[in-house]
Amino acid sequence: MQKELLHYTLRLGDNALILGHRLAEWCGHGPVLEQDIALSNIALDHLGQARMLLQYAARQKGESYTEDKVAFFRDITEYYNLLILELPNGDWGDTLARQFLFDTYNYFFYTELLNSKDDHLKAVAQKAIKEITYHAQWSAEWIIRLGDGTEESHQRVQKSIDDLWMWTGEMFTMDEIDQKLIEEGVAVDLAPIKEQWHQKVAEILDVATLKKPQDDWMQSGGKQGEHSEYLGYILAEMQHLPRMHPEAEW
Amino acid sequence: MKTKEDQIWQWLEEVTDPEIPVLTVVDMGVVREVDLAGDHPVVKITPTYSGCPAMNEIEQNIKGKLLQEGLDNVEVQTVLSPPWTTDWMTDKGKERLREYGIAPPEGSSADKSVLFGKPKQVQCPHCGSQETTMVSQFGSTPCKALYKCTNCQEPFDYFKCI
Repeated sequence: MQKELLHYTLRLGDNALILGHRLAEWCGHGPVLEQDIALSNIALDHLGQARMLLQYAARQKGESYTEDKVAFFRDITEYYNLLILELPNGDWGDTLARQFLFDTYNYFFYTELLNSKDDHLKAVAQKAIKEITYHAQWSAEWIIRLGDGTEESHQRVQKSIDDLWMWTGEMFTMDEIDQKLIEEGVAVDLAPIKEQWHQKVAEILDVATLKKPQDDWMQSGGKQGEHSEYLGYILAEMQHLPRMHPEAEW
Repeated sequence: MKTKEDQIWQWLEEVTDPEIPVLTVVDMGVVREVDLAGDHPVVKITPTYSGCPAMNEIEQNIKGKLLQEGLDNVEVQTVLSPPWTTDWMTDKGKERLREYGIAPPEGSSADKSVLFGKPKQVQCPHCGSQETTMVSQFGSTPCKALYKCTNCQEPFDYFKCI
């Protein structure tokens, strides 16, 4: 087992799992039926991707591990998702702003992961990129609709983008885990992804008549297991049942 | 003479998709391979969408069908690569979808126009009109989008092309 590869796999798996969990909270609360269904569909895609990645992580950890054990029996400091994904959903504009900022990143990231020398990550990317492409299109269209909509929607989604901006820097940070795996051709170099992301985000915000915030101080730590209190509540809800009844089957 | 492999494929033709019962798992292109090289038969399947909730049931249904036919040690393996595409759906499958009221995937999956592009022109499965509009990219299951026909006014599901 390679320590770095496991950590990297968990980062990707946790991103999908935590965002999938957050989006699932919208189920039954969407503003209209079609969009409620859309968010539930997207949540399901993320959960499916999380399964493929956590199955891989479990395989790396050894015989006695399963995807469920990896998801439900790790504590908060062993979770490596991006902080932006664990933030509460807020209103529709906040959720869509987060989706737009992350989906755009995810699209460029997974496009590059298609070239990974790790066969499993590559296979996950081949599967996931088709779904992620749909997500990116949908959230970009919503940002345009809200930004170029009414005065109220414009103001509110601008505030959502502004508020979320300090959580976007973490998407592009690289540490020794990234460096080692980039050298091996397994991980994605995030420097070119950052450029592509800025360009696409600027393009969409422009169409949406929204202002792109200036890069300033950025939050970070999620990739190394340092989280906000929000993740604790997510894990408590997600994990309490399997921890109370570890052998339960249904 | 029918080989054992042909026989298994034929049995699999009777296993239907739990969400879209007019389609068999073979029509869907979900079954990739029947492998008899080892000491037990292995059926390899591939998920349509990562989070498709029907996959576990499909696996159980395949095992159940083959058990019924006397094969009690079948293994069903999920393979991710190459990823499933709507191109693998058989023509017969596409026709059955249309008859069922779901517009089949249009064109080749290699079409990348999906990103920030215009939605595809989809034919209404009820009246055959091309005058249709997309209501939502996401439908009742991950593999479908919602459309409406502006000619006959009927809403319908479109099987997304991936």
